[in-house]
Amino acid sequence: MVESAIGLVLAPLASFILISFVTRRAAILSAVISIAAAGISFALSLSLLVGVLSAPAGAGLAAGAHASIQWLSIPSIGRFRGLEIAMGVLVDPLSATMSVIVSLVAFLVTIYSLGYMKGDPGFSRYFSYLSLFAFSMLGLVIADNYFQTFVFWELVGLCSYLLIGFWYAKPSASDAARKAFVTNRWADFAFMVGVILLFIFFGTFDFGQLSSAIAGARGSAMLALVAALVFVGPLGKSAQFPFHVWLPDAMEGPTPVSALIHAATMVAAGVYLIARGFALFQSVPGVMETMAYLGGFTALFAASIALVQKDIKRILAYSTLSQLGYMFMALGVGSMSAGMFHLTTHAFFKALLFLGAGSVIHATEEQDIFKMGGLGKKMKITAWTFVIGALALSGIFPLAGFWSKDEILFASLSSGHIGLYVLGIAVAFMTAFYMFRLIFTAFGGTAFGGTASGGEPTEHAHVHESGPAMTIPLIVLAVLSVFAGLIGSPWFQSAFGFSFGSFIFFGRPEASHLDMTTASISTVVALSGIFLAWLVYGKKLLKAERIAAALGPLYRLLDHKFYIDEIYAWVFAKIMLGLGIVFDWIDHYIVDGLFDGLGGATRALGRKLRLTQSGRLQGYALVIFAAVAIAVVFISTDLLGGFLK
Amino acid sequence: MESHAWIPSLGVSFTLGLDGLSLLFVILTALMGAAAVLASWKSLGRKVALFHAALALVMAGIYGVFLSVDLFLFAFMWELMLIPMYFLVDVWGGPGRHKASVKFFLFSQAGGILMFVAVVALYVLHGRATGVYSFDYRVLLGTAFDPAAGMLLMLGFFAAFAVKLPVFPLHAWLPDTYTEAPIGGSVLLAALLSKTAGYGMIRFLLPLFPDAVRAFAPIAVWLGVAGIVYGGFMAFAQKDLKRLVSYTSVSHLGFVLVGIFTLTAQGLDGAVIQMLSHGLGTGALFVLVGWLEERSGTRDLDRLGGLWSMAPRLGAFGLVLTLGLVGLPGLGNFIGEFLVLSGSFHAYLAATIVAGFGLVVAMVYALRMFQLSFHGSPSGALAVRDLDAPQVLLLGVLVAALVYLGLFPQEVLKLLAALGASLGLTPGVMP
Repeated sequence: MVESAIGLVLAPLASFILISFVTRRAAILSAVISIAAAGISFALSLSLLVGVLSAPAGAGLAAGAHASIQWLSIPSIGRFRGLEIAMGVLVDPLSATMSVIVSLVAFLVTIYSLGYMKGDPGFSRYFSYLSLFAFSMLGLVIADNYFQTFVFWELVGLCSYLLIGFWYAKPSASDAARKAFVTNRWADFAFMVGVILLFIFFGTFDFGQLSSAIAGARGSAMLALVAALVFVGPLGKSAQFPFHVWLPDAMEGPTPVSALIHAATMVAAGVYLIARGFALFQSVPGVMETMAYLGGFTALFAASIALVQKDIKRILAYSTLSQLGYMFMALGVGSMSAGMFHLTTHAFFKALLFLGAGSVIHATEEQDIFKMGGLGKKMKITAWTFVIGALALSGIFPLAGFWSKDEILFASLSSGHIGLYVLGIAVAFMTAFYMFRLIFTAFGGTAFGGTASGGEPTEHAHVHESGPAMTIPLIVLAVLSVFAGLIGSPWFQSAFGFSFGSFIFFGRPEASHLDMTTASISTVVALSGIFLAWLVYGKKLLKAERIAAALGPLYRLLDHKFYIDEIYAWVFAKIMLGLGIVFDWIDHYIVDGLFDGLGGATRALGRKLRLTQSGRLQGYALVIFAAVAIAVVFISTDLLGGFLK
Repeated sequence: MESHAWIPSLGVSFTLGLDGLSLLFVILTALMGAAAVLASWKSLGRKVALFHAALALVMAGIYGVFLSVDLFLFAFMWELMLIPMYFLVDVWGGPGRHKASVKFFLFSQAGGILMFVAVVALYVLHGRATGVYSFDYRVLLGTAFDPAAGMLLMLGFFAAFAVKLPVFPLHAWLPDTYTEAPIGGSVLLAALLSKTAGYGMIRFLLPLFPDAVRAFAPIAVWLGVAGIVYGGFMAFAQKDLKRLVSYTSVSHLGFVLVGIFTLTAQGLDGAVIQMLSHGLGTGALFVLVGWLEERSGTRDLDRLGGLWSMAPRLGAFGLVLTLGLVGLPGLGNFIGEFLVLSGSFHAYLAATIVAGFGLVVAMVYALRMFQLSFHGSPSGALAVRDLDAPQVLLLGVLVAALVYLGLFPQEVLKLLAALGASLGLTPGVMP
């Protein structure tokens, strides 16, 4: 099991190295290597999952495997604790499940990219980055300690930077890449401090050892501090408010990348880390409450922005933010299974939606949904799979999203968070609305774009369905989006004796629920969201412009994404740049000026001395040296006296 | 250990010793010395022989500093580095070389003299106390001082090291000198000369004046933190690529100062790894910037851009070295910074947090640098040819060493573990 775990991480690394150094010029070969590596990772992670699940129930950690080697060690001396850092693999139901999700989506996206990136001058570079990402992400998943997690955490951040900025000649892509990396660094700064403090307080980075150590430290202030600091890391990576600003801009990257990194896997790393270190967070109620409300807020906040976006990828990006908010909410109210379950289903249907969007963009070379229209007739597979994805996201029975979203709603209800429950239902309504606004506008209607955007309608006469490299992954993901939710259904539980909770537990698995009240409310709400979207954008019975005008300031607020980006840009410009300029001035006129003045004085002295000395600098260096030597002798005559005797 | 009598009547001997710590720096010197020579293979134009003679002399001084066991010899070697370095900048440097070289010389000389005074005073004090007059480090070790004298002597040494490292605010000479120096000169200055200071602190300052160091440590740590943040912001504000890289050195070497003065094993180990990584990474960056200037004729970030598409190999190295600047895991800098921070957390919580904030600033300036020079589309005015095979090889070796440090730091730490035994330094038990 350990060998498989190592193998599934190293296969993409080997691919990255091979492509970078050997097959760089052979584009197709590079792609094949990358796909093969992702396939190997997927096969190995499946074998891990099977191995973990086939262990007897209640075996706990014994069902998995754990191995580590000491990587860096500084011995303790006296009262000072040294440092012990290990590198290891931890195979348990949670990491096995997550690695299946990651490697499966990576595998499908790599295949899809074969079609999507065809003819790009950076073809090999693209596939090498994808492999590097798969390596980093899988490394993060199977890490057995916080330090190792942090290392891979940074590496996925790097891959995200490289892939957002893949088309670096485009200034917007370059800016977006930088924004993503810098925003994440703010969060990672807190994360790293938290990780160091963890070691200082508990003497280990290891997840297993920590969970028992933490149990003994419940209620202490330092535990709260550490949990709060570590929690900031996931906020950045999973783009929760107030760190969310980088994710919508990250859509500058190639669309398959958005599907893989910025929807299905990397942005979910924050959720995964919280699940992984659940013992830590659970022991500090304040952090859990913050997590729940911040997640709920982000879910609502992002969904409201998604209502008015025009760019197909940005709609999906805000939707991702919103869904990640759901996951945080689930974790915050104490249900790790609900959070991880939604992560799983979301990975499939959101990857599907992004890849569908990619297929559309590939065909139309257009991202504004109001310049599309009638695509349903020309791109049948894309359209149908996209609708399936949207239904799954909206939580329509019996698709994947239905089960996981209801699990979250039920968890917030049963933990007594009525406010969050209501909020979650409101978000479900908005979700259904913005998704079907997109669908009715882009896929429905006539071949000519609507005029809601006021832009010139564009004819898409040349539009046709994408090739099999792109449609097959769409179909596979559509199938998963339909059925993946069933593993968390009570039926699955009664048929097989275990359910999704067993996939990820490391304590006692939570049972699956089907709360009929919640299910009915959420279904009615989602259907009415779809219906409203149909009225406005399908039938056009209600005029979108009139609604926008009626909402006035609120619409503008949403359209400008609550002006958060503007606020950050202003703060950055005023404070960071301002400080830079002030420091530059100080350095130039005060620090430098002072010493320049000294230098000038010395030089003037040197010029005078030049009358007696022949050299330039050596001249006055000699004088200085001699002067000091004399001074030394003068000062220490009495000292020297003893010696000279 | 190699020892010959030099000036026996004064107790001066020519004693060289090699242990794990000096070995690491000797390797770095050999590597970066070769890099300095290879990097300036084509660019000199005039007085080539003289240039290499001066370079060799500086190298001799650097080796001497890393190997001296005798303090007189150490001070001698310290001065030996200075004069030819001055000429390297003054003769082969850029347009502002004269001002820069004078500034460099004055700063260094002032520090050097203070150290020399301290060396002599230490010699005298020890001689008076014990009757044994010797400059031998092993003899002088463990000399007892009254606190004031100890502090003064410590500050004498510190002055010399603080200029060379440099410690904020004594960095004023650095941006000018690094920027105006020819490629080979910048490489020596950034990669090696700054390391002589860190080495000197670990080798001499800490073991000779433990009490004074302990008393002074909080100030030194805060000076280091100030350098980290200040250098970072300065780098952020620069328009000249080489000047930007110079300021990043102020920031990165701040970590070295913090690490050393945490007086913990983690801090010291981290400082050493940070020095090695900085030597390799920033040394390589100066090589790269030098070549870039040779090719494009400019270092102005507003005029650069699009270099990645124009010169992919240059771009790839630029990327890796930029990632070194931000302390990405997998490269040595990350280990150095992580160890320094984990060492300083024990005693300096607030300072550590401010220092950690320096990592955010590093991300800002490093990505800005990379974006402005390598991203974007190539402008018509700029024509840059890509690196040729020997150049790829040179940078490749340096980057490989940096990756090795990042992946196998234990190999370095192993060498440092023997440190205490060989020359009486026992990191970790200091406080």
